[in-house]
Amino acid sequence: MTRIALASTNGQTMTGECPETAPMSIRGMTVSYGQKPVVFSVDATFPEGSMTAIIGPNGAGKSTLLKASLGILRPLSGIVTVFGRPLNSQRHRIAYVPQRASVDWDFPTTVLDVVLMGLSRELGLLRLVRPRHRARALDCLTRVGMAEFADRQIGQLSGGQQQRVFLARALAQGADLYLLDEPFAGVDAATEKAIIAVLKTLRAEGKTVVSVHHDLSTVGDYFDRVLILNTSKIAEGPVADAFTEANLQAAYGGRLATAQVAGIPAAG
Amino acid sequence: MLWQALTLQLGYNATLVAIGAILLGFAAGVTGTFLFLRRRALVSDAISHATLPGVGLAFIVMVALGGDGRNLAGLLAGSAVTAALGLLAVQWLTRRTRLAEDSAIGAVLSVFFGFGVVLLTVIQTMESGRQAGLDSLLLGSTAGMLRSDALLIAVGGALTLILTLILRRPMIMVAFDEDYAAALGLNIRQVDLATMGLVMAVTVVGLKVVGLILIVALLIIPPVTARFWTDRTERVWLLSGVIGGLSGFVGAAISASAPALPTGPIIVLTGFSVFAASLFLAPNRGVLAAVIRHVAFQRRVHVRQGLLALAHGQPIYERYTVRLLHRAGLSRPDGVATEAGRARAAKALLDEKRWEILRAMPDHEAAAALYDGMRPIETVVTRDQLAEIDTHLAAPQEVPA
Repeated sequence: MTRIALASTNGQTMTGECPETAPMSIRGMTVSYGQKPVVFSVDATFPEGSMTAIIGPNGAGKSTLLKASLGILRPLSGIVTVFGRPLNSQRHRIAYVPQRASVDWDFPTTVLDVVLMGLSRELGLLRLVRPRHRARALDCLTRVGMAEFADRQIGQLSGGQQQRVFLARALAQGADLYLLDEPFAGVDAATEKAIIAVLKTLRAEGKTVVSVHHDLSTVGDYFDRVLILNTSKIAEGPVADAFTEANLQAAYGGRLATAQVAGIPAAG
Repeated sequence: MLWQALTLQLGYNATLVAIGAILLGFAAGVTGTFLFLRRRALVSDAISHATLPGVGLAFIVMVALGGDGRNLAGLLAGSAVTAALGLLAVQWLTRRTRLAEDSAIGAVLSVFFGFGVVLLTVIQTMESGRQAGLDSLLLGSTAGMLRSDALLIAVGGALTLILTLILRRPMIMVAFDEDYAAALGLNIRQVDLATMGLVMAVTVVGLKVVGLILIVALLIIPPVTARFWTDRTERVWLLSGVIGGLSGFVGAAISASAPALPTGPIIVLTGFSVFAASLFLAPNRGVLAAVIRHVAFQRRVHVRQGLLALAHGQPIYERYTVRLLHRAGLSRPDGVATEAGRARAAKALLDEKRWEILRAMPDHEAAAALYDGMRPIETVVTRDQLAEIDTHLAAPQEVPA
């Protein structure tokens, strides 16, 4: 079904990482709603053990790129490989954390049941949920500091708590690649700390983390790589090289307040 | 007679019919839960109305082939064909055109049903069509049902139920979080198609018992009713099945004792009684509980505001507030605080001041966000944190230079 895409338009070369076996490699991806591309001809590679922030202004196609790279949206063109293999053969190694606003929180389900969804591949259609499955789900809730809420209906949680439950569900999958869509949007400071601690632990274990991110002031603290996007790719690479004022200016244009750029290296 | 029917003492046939109706109701309740959770309950209405032309066509074909046009298995098979066509038409219209699903449902439902009515009218004019009794498939009738028909319904209901239970996990995943399910590799369209296929199976199996006009109620009322009582998915579908089964049973029993009554409306009315009772009486989501909660909360707000006004020495303007304070022994009828009222007012003021300090502390953003004027501060901070807050309270309030 996937069509072979032409080489990307900007012809950037890879910076030493091996795209053939990287946890995720995207080539020539274009996604459009109707006749208007939201993501145009984007190449990206997320190297093993890295933590990448996807940044860019509103409507730049950040979430769209993430969804299309997972096959949630069907791209017009583009090839995605995961650990050097086709996406569909590697789904068990990927955990996705969608935006919190994408689900109905009045849904009749409990925190623990949501986390158990992360084990659905293992449970299949017929296997019963056993105490060891519950124990694993509870363990994931403990890692995000939510164990005491296991039996709550999900609608009773605050926004930050809901986000942590989503992260726990991803952890339950035991994946190697974690893709998160704005995990820090509208959460309290304690949740932000808890989430970033978990993500850094994952990186320390050699896992790969990719996250759509909004807050430019925390990019340097939280991530080691950035992908700057505004429909097409503006820059990609280690924070020190790619997260520059010039690149941000190119992506955000007039929308970038000078205050946001303070402390960002001017070189590049 | 009704009592005998309800206690399954009307003989083998009636018992078999009752069992069939229970299984069908249970299957409809469970299957309907997943449709309800996916927020596509109305699609079932298009499916059920689209069965009618199939019934008519099947009758005509069976008669043309020299068989008995009233053979239930044949009629159901025909209804399944046009129901599937109707379902695919709704899917296609929604996906390929700019029509929203509700418009597509309306269009498909009316066209298919209209075509079906035309066919039934044609059949009425056929010689073999006079006593066809096809109109019993509109509103359902279990009276005088053949043993083989009852068996067919029981087996069909049981099979649908089993398939639904097998597929419940993917259906729940897709209903709750479509994107996540897709990222796991589930094919959303296939899961949706399976859900609709199961709904179609229930509809077809239920034609004889409930009738095509009202089967949608048996798919929707039980899960909506069950949702009032529980917040857990597996309890919703289980309870929904029980409510559906009960409705089916009562419908069949009453129909057995009063054969002139169509079964469908009785089943629906039974389900509706349980729904109405749940709507008002359910402990958390029920209307009555909501009203009681609201009134109690409003009273707490008034008392709190009244106490704060007393603490600040301000007059209380609302008579309701004074009445509440007086009733609680916190003030005299004229709004002057009693001993107990002064103590409570002082506590309320202390609470407010503590909150004020907490909300100014950047480290306690999460706790501070819980401020709503009502929540006792002791429920959001630890005793140590409270002590820390109180150190600020004790600090001399000098005017900064």
